[in-house]
Amino acid sequence: MNLKQLGKRLLQILIVTLGITFLTFLITYLAPGDPVRTMFSASGVVPTEEVVQATREELGLNRPVMVQYFSWLSGCLHGDFGTSYAFHKPVAGLILDRLWPTLKLSLLSMVLMLVVAVPLGMIQATHKNSPLDYALRGITFFGVSMPNFWVGMLLMLLFCVKLKWLPVVCAGKGFKNVILPAVTLAFAMSAKYTRQVRTAIAEELNQDYVIGARARGVENWKILWLNVFPNSLLPLVTMLGLSLGSLLGGTAVVEVIFSYPGLGNLAVSAITSYDYPLIQGYVLWISIIYMLVNLAVDISYSYLDPRIREKR
Amino acid sequence: MEFVKKNKAFCLFAFLAFLIILTAVFAPVVTGGVSPTDAELRNALQPPSAAHPFGTDKLGRDVFARVIFGARSSLISTFAVVGIIFVLGSLLGVLAGYFGGWVDTIIMRIADMMVAFPGMVFAIAVAGILGASVKNAVIAVALVSWTKYARLARSLVLKIKNRDFVAAAIVTGSRTPYILSRYMLPNVIPTLVITAATDIGGMMLELAGLSFLGFGAKPPTPEWGLMMNEGRQFIQNAPWMMFFPGLAVFIVVVVFNLLGDALRDVLDPREE
Repeated sequence: MNLKQLGKRLLQILIVTLGITFLTFLITYLAPGDPVRTMFSASGVVPTEEVVQATREELGLNRPVMVQYFSWLSGCLHGDFGTSYAFHKPVAGLILDRLWPTLKLSLLSMVLMLVVAVPLGMIQATHKNSPLDYALRGITFFGVSMPNFWVGMLLMLLFCVKLKWLPVVCAGKGFKNVILPAVTLAFAMSAKYTRQVRTAIAEELNQDYVIGARARGVENWKILWLNVFPNSLLPLVTMLGLSLGSLLGGTAVVEVIFSYPGLGNLAVSAITSYDYPLIQGYVLWISIIYMLVNLAVDISYSYLDPRIREKR
Repeated sequence: MEFVKKNKAFCLFAFLAFLIILTAVFAPVVTGGVSPTDAELRNALQPPSAAHPFGTDKLGRDVFARVIFGARSSLISTFAVVGIIFVLGSLLGVLAGYFGGWVDTIIMRIADMMVAFPGMVFAIAVAGILGASVKNAVIAVALVSWTKYARLARSLVLKIKNRDFVAAAIVTGSRTPYILSRYMLPNVIPTLVITAATDIGGMMLELAGLSFLGFGAKPPTPEWGLMMNEGRQFIQNAPWMMFFPGLAVFIVVVVFNLLGDALRDVLDPREE
C-alpha cells in the first residue's frame, strides 16, 4: 500500500465516520424519546414545563439539528466529546475507562477463537469428507445456530451456579471475570471461523504446487505449515478483520449477561436512558476502531503477499 | 413425487419448517387453551411438571405456552426483515447496476458506508434510540442488512447488462421498466432467494439478540429474546425460564439454516 492509497483510505474512513455519526445524530433527533424528561425521571423529579425548556436551552437541544451536529463535531476536533446526561461527566473519560476491559475481552476471545478454529479447520480440510470432517461440520453447524447469549447463560448456569467455579457477576478486576465472557464470545465465532478456515485451506490444497511437493516426497506437515498455511493467510486475515465487527456487536450482549464493566454495557445503559452524547461517543469510537483495524488488515496484505506490493 | 425423491433433504426440512409455522399459527390449539399471559402469582417459578411442562415464570405464567406463542412474534419479525431487505436490496441493486452513473454512485456509496461499519453495533443504537418495539428492531436490522442484497443484485445485473439480448430489447424499443422486470429481475432473483433463505437463521438470531437487550418486544409479549432476558435474573432459582426459549430459538434457527442450505443445493447444484 503506497502513500496515495493510504491517503485515500484515510479519507474514506473520515467520510464514513462523518456519515455514520450524522446518521446517528439524525436518528436521535427524529426519535420519540425525550432525554430531558428521562433525565429528570431518573432522579425522581417531575419537572415543570419551564424547567424542561430551560434544560433544553442549556443542553442546546432546541437548536436545529445541523447546528447541533456541527457544534458536536467541532467539539470532537478539540477533544471534547460532550458531557454525559446521566453521569454528568465528560464522555471521553467514561469511554476510556471502559475501553480497556472491552479490548481485553475482545482480544482474549479472538485468541481463544484462533487456537480452536485454525487447527480444527485444518484437520477438516486435510481429512476432507472423513467421518471426523462430518462430525466437526455438524458441530460447527450447531455452533453457528445457537444464540450467543443463550450459550453464555448455559455456561453461567454450569460454571457459576452449579459448579460455583466462577463468579456470576463478572464486574471485578481479576482474570476470573473475563474467562466466561471471552469463552462465550469465542464459541459462536469459532464455529463460523472453523468453517472459513476449512474452505480456505481446502482450496489451497487443490493447487498444483501441493501435488508437486507431495510427488517430490515432502512431508505432509511441512507442506501444510510452510506452504499452504502462509498462502491461505490472506483470506483468513481478511475474515478475521471482518469478524471483529460482529465481535464488537457481540460484546454488548455478552457484557450485559455477565454484568461485565465494558463499553457495550455502558452503551446499552446509555441507550436506555437516552444519553445522546454517550451514544454518539460510543458509535464514533467503535467505528473508528473497527475501520482502523480493517485498514491495518489491508496494509498487512502487502506483507503477506508480496505480489500485491509488486503490482504497483 | 419425482421432485420429492430427488430432493429428500430439502423436502424434509421444508416439512419441518412448515410444522414450525403451523405451530405458530395454531398456538392456542398446541397449548391446549393455556394462555401465555395469564399470571397466577401463587404458581410463580414452579419447576417443569405435568401441569407446566416447561415450568412457570416469575409471574406464574406457563413457560410452555409462552414459548409456543413466542414463535409467532419471532417468525413474523424475521420474515419481515428478510422480506424488506430482499425487496429493497434487490431493487436498489438492480437500479444501481442498470442505470450506473450518479444513481449507482449514491446507492453504492451508502452501501459502502454500511459495510465499513460494525452492523450490529449500529442496529443496537438505532433500535434503542427509536424506542423498544418489535417494529423498530425490524427497522434497525433491515437498515444494516440490505447492502449485501444490493451488491449481489448489482453485480448480477452488470454481468448481463451488455449482453446481446438486452441490446436487442433496447433497439426494438422496449421500455426501461419492461426491460428491468422482464430481463433484469428474473436474472437476479434465484441467487437472491438462496441468499435470503440462508439468511433467515442469522436474522432471527440478531432480532433475538436485540430483544434480549431490551430493544425489541415489550412485556408482557411472549417473545423468546425477551423471555431469556427475564430468565437471566432468575438463573439461580429458575433456569428453565431461560433454557426453553433459547432451545426454541436454537431449533428454529437450525431448521431454517438447514432449509436454506438444502434450497441452495436444489437451485444451484454447482455448490459442493
